[in-house]
Amino acid sequence: MNLTILTGATALLFLGFIFELVRRRRLREKYAVLWIFVGVIVLGLGLFPTALNHVAIAFGVANGVSLVLFFGVMFLLLVCLHLSWEASRLEDETRVLAEEIALLRLRMDEQSERTEERSAS
Amino acid sequence: MTDTLHAEELGTVAEAAVEGGAVEAGPRRTQRVLIIVPAWNEAESIGSVIAEIEGALPFVDVLVVDDGSTDGTAAVAQQAGAVAVRLPYNLGVGGAMRLGYRYARDHGYDVAIQVDADGQHDPAYVPKLIDALSASSLVIGARFAGEGDYRVRGPRRWAMTMLSWVLSRLARTKLTDTTSGFRACNRELIALFADWYPVEYLGDTVETLVRALRLGYRVSQIPVAMRQRQMGTPSQSPLKAMLYLGRAFLTLFLALVRR
Repeated sequence: MNLTILTGATALLFLGFIFELVRRRRLREKYAVLWIFVGVIVLGLGLFPTALNHVAIAFGVANGVSLVLFFGVMFLLLVCLHLSWEASRLEDETRVLAEEIALLRLRMDEQSERTEERSAS
Repeated sequence: MTDTLHAEELGTVAEAAVEGGAVEAGPRRTQRVLIIVPAWNEAESIGSVIAEIEGALPFVDVLVVDDGSTDGTAAVAQQAGAVAVRLPYNLGVGGAMRLGYRYARDHGYDVAIQVDADGQHDPAYVPKLIDALSASSLVIGARFAGEGDYRVRGPRRWAMTMLSWVLSRLARTKLTDTTSGFRACNRELIALFADWYPVEYLGDTVETLVRALRLGYRVSQIPVAMRQRQMGTPSQSPLKAMLYLGRAFLTLFLALVRR
């Protein structure tokens, strides 16, 4: 019973934290949906740890918690992979921006040089 | 800017001369050539490198891509008479080169030549590179091809041998120095590299070669002697050399399987 209270409370805190992040616009919606989904599952399993036992036994896994552990690790791996992918994309985008800035700076330098020449002559 | 205008005038004059039936002043005169010098904190050597290039090759324009330097490399380059573009932060050689090719494409250059800022590439070889472009799209100024006495040992050497072997097969011609940063390319490849140029280490040399070859462009090399770097020395630690070998394998493998 004590364990249920602990896991349930943790899940509630987790959900509250995500909700707060979304409310303050710190999380993009696509991530918010993902994490709220995760929070709900964690809450459900926190309150009813034995709920997945039947599914686990059907898969040949000893109990529901082990099954959750397995899926949890897989899920985290996928999330990490997704973040690496996002980071690569962002680096590509910032690279283009850096190039644009360099070219704009050059154009500005040239323009101010030309203005100086014109005002000098 | 004045340099660009100067070269444009030169180009037009030369073209007019050819059209008028006058004696052609050699292929170099009608082509607009840009030397791209990627530079990261090279303020101490960049000035003399530019001076040497302009002394040896009055018909080229020099673009220095300042790759996020903190020592005023761009200012020194401008003082020396080059056009300098400043990246806001360090991207690596590949990042600097894509910007250089973009500039070359936007300004309509026929030939773009990469020359390192540390003075190891001798601009005296540039006319040979340009001449070789009449038969290929990309020409590498290569060590180990008879000229010069540059030597490497250990895993770094194995990596270079492996890369040369594979790329020579792909190119159907002998390429002895695939990681050389001294290379020239023509208009078509300028257009390709302006949109696509890898930033990863070794990607800027090896992967670009593989891509060019897979797209059916001809790649060749001419032998050059490289000089000692004016500043700094390449690292000789065995661990780093092993790491280099690993990265060489990875880069080559990815370059071969990537779409």
